[in-house]
Amino acid sequence: MKNKDDTAEPGGLTRRELLGSSAALLIGASVPVQALTLQGTPTWKPLDNVAVAPVDTEAEWQFFTEEEAATVEAIVERLIPEDDLSMSGKDAGCAIFIDRQLASAYGEFERLYMHGPFQDGRPEQGDQSALTPQQRYRLGLGSLNDYCRHEHNAAFAELSGDQRDQILSQLEQNDIQLDDIDTLLFFEIVLQNTMEGFFADPLYGGNRDMVSWKMLGFPGARYDYRNYVERHNEDLRFEPVSIGGRSDWQTQG
Amino acid sequence: MATKLPPTDAVVVGLGWAGAIIANQLVDAGLRVVGVERGPWRDTAKDFNIASVTDELRYAQRQELMLRTAQNTITMRNNPSQTALPMRQWGSFHPGNGTGGAGNHWAGITFRFQPEEFRLKSHLEERYGADSIPDELSLQDWGTDWSEMEPHYDAFEKIAGTSGRAGNLIGGKQAGGNPFEGERSSDYPNPPLKQPYSPTLFADTAREMGYQPFPVPASLVSQTYTNPLGVTMGPCTFCGFCTNYGCANYSKASAITTVLPALIRKDNFEARTHCEVLQVTTDSAGRRATGIIYVDSAGRRWEQPAEIVVIAAFTFENVRLMLTSNIGEAYDPATRRGTTGRNYAYQTANNVQLFFDNKNFNPYIGAGAVGMGIDEFNNDNFDHSGLGFFGGGSTRVTPIGATPINARPTPPGTPRWGSDWKRATVDNYASTMSIGCEASNYSSPNNYLSLDPTYRDRLGRPLLRITFDFTDNDLRMAQYVTEKTAEIARRMNPRQIVANPRVGPWDGRPYQSSHVVGGFIMGADPSTSSVNKYLQVWGVPNLFVVGASAFPQNPGYNPTGTVGALAFKAADGIVNHYLRNPGEMIST
Repeated sequence: MKNKDDTAEPGGLTRRELLGSSAALLIGASVPVQALTLQGTPTWKPLDNVAVAPVDTEAEWQFFTEEEAATVEAIVERLIPEDDLSMSGKDAGCAIFIDRQLASAYGEFERLYMHGPFQDGRPEQGDQSALTPQQRYRLGLGSLNDYCRHEHNAAFAELSGDQRDQILSQLEQNDIQLDDIDTLLFFEIVLQNTMEGFFADPLYGGNRDMVSWKMLGFPGARYDYRNYVERHNEDLRFEPVSIGGRSDWQTQG
Repeated sequence: MATKLPPTDAVVVGLGWAGAIIANQLVDAGLRVVGVERGPWRDTAKDFNIASVTDELRYAQRQELMLRTAQNTITMRNNPSQTALPMRQWGSFHPGNGTGGAGNHWAGITFRFQPEEFRLKSHLEERYGADSIPDELSLQDWGTDWSEMEPHYDAFEKIAGTSGRAGNLIGGKQAGGNPFEGERSSDYPNPPLKQPYSPTLFADTAREMGYQPFPVPASLVSQTYTNPLGVTMGPCTFCGFCTNYGCANYSKASAITTVLPALIRKDNFEARTHCEVLQVTTDSAGRRATGIIYVDSAGRRWEQPAEIVVIAAFTFENVRLMLTSNIGEAYDPATRRGTTGRNYAYQTANNVQLFFDNKNFNPYIGAGAVGMGIDEFNNDNFDHSGLGFFGGGSTRVTPIGATPINARPTPPGTPRWGSDWKRATVDNYASTMSIGCEASNYSSPNNYLSLDPTYRDRLGRPLLRITFDFTDNDLRMAQYVTEKTAEIARRMNPRQIVANPRVGPWDGRPYQSSHVVGGFIMGADPSTSSVNKYLQVWGVPNLFVVGASAFPQNPGYNPTGTVGALAFKAADGIVNHYLRNPGEMIST
């Protein structure tokens, strides 16, 4: 890299601080980037911006309370039921996925424009709620259990599968008015996140053992089909692979 | 206040396709160039590693490569009677961020616009009569022509390594290529990509019906390729993580895989990343740009004086910077006066889904631009007499890779959850395909860009406000081309087809395309355009604004090939005309 007034950081990006002034720290110390002036051959730290740490599926709930977690598990178990095609959304880890997502930057819509004024618009203008995903779940799950206790004298998770399906259908149709949150705002985020969890890479806590990919015939994180692109209308029978590999690749013990 | 930096010969704002190309050309002409980029420096090896790029949640759902709306977004409304509201999460389109810009996560489809497009208004009046264009449209000529554009398309294709088959090469039409393209001075630098099953099936049927299918031109290289800057790319592997993703194979052309690796090593160039431009500064008369003011990621403000200022950000930011810098007169739809913000246009995206039994498309095999298309119903390639609309679309099958969070087609009426949902999802995953028709969007006096009166970005600047809806012309066109597409679909004999012509109003929620154009358009008349054919701002001769913001309307093609060509055209104007005689290159 070109050496004007730069200094090379050992093992790191060679950078010349703008005008050689003191370190260009960001507003908000948690953001690990700096304004840089670059010139010459770029260098980088290995895997600098690549790795995503797998979530710990065995850990405690990160965001949900015990009751919230039980409610979410009871929901995802019905949105994606166990049948001859796959295990349930609960067994696939969808509730763990949602919990870990809510504990991440997504949970507070950290990347999104969340400035007011918040006002209702036409549907085509999109989601205008001031509520973050964390708030949508906290208010929605609480209101759902309030509704169930009032109507059925039991929490959602204590109801039968048929009763839960009935209530979920009513939520989807906006036939139940939840107390503290717009019903559809709650139902739609739960459905979206459940499907994300079931079909995303297992790295994020759902799609256990690539269950949904096996079900669909999606090969996952493969990266080269040059020898297959012209094999038309043929079942190629790929065993899926995830970013983290495959369970039968990992040594036991 | 801003701290003043030592002057430079040229400052280029934005290091996506347009900015990187222009900066490189200016550096090669001997100028000292500073490139300013609001996002990070991106490099394939550190950002798009093969071991982790295959992550649909991270890139498609959480939109890792896109501009974060927390940093900057737009507000939207369908007409001036509504209150515009912010797009809090990208839906309809996906602006990029960082070096490479939206060119990192694009599909790679690289059409040239046709010769008629550059004089569209004149062409339609000549063919259909002086009064044939309806009042709801504000079509314009570009102030340039095919002979001036063709060499720059050629230059861009060679930089990007575009893979395709010529249909109209100098000296005659070529079988198997697009017979409707303008005459080319040379063939594509790389042969077409291999084709998966669904485009092949479509092309076979289209051929039986008398159409002339051709491989979609793709800036995904079909073989190892070294471009004129000495940068080498590797062959596309059809991995299926393409549109919305960065490429880990150095196969998809973007500024980071084709231009910046050469440019950053040149002595006269430096890049400043995480630096967001706030304003173009001018002299007191507003006749000369004196430089730019930008803020770095520590919140410090800098003034960079320059002899030449080139604005080459995404369409939205090009126009917002001109509005906040008071360059040109803001467009007013009531009087139709003013040019900054004028003729904002989009794309009219249509498709037809085909549900088959007993077919396996292996839909996970794909790439953003692999596919086959026909152009019989695009632009003015068919007679519009008596049809009640102008325009048309590029009809094609381009399997981008069916990643399962997003690509789970089921017939209408299928439940969204439960066992019946799951059964239908499994039954249709591998046996469904779709034919797209990426159609024109013709500008209208009521579709424009302006500053929002209420919503501001994190730095306190007004957001850009989009006032847009599809015109009756475009909605009629959508019905027509979708029915033509459906005729082909029915001939392919699936169990069921579902036709999805674009209907109004414009909806900001579902993704349609990132092909947002206009707002600072090129032309021959300063009263109806912002820049001349060299992308030079009328009345501010050392300021150039380059990108799809210069399109007076949008034909039925993807814009990037033309953005690249315009970047070469602007650079050619600066190097071969402006530097010799600085001033207005076109007198008015």
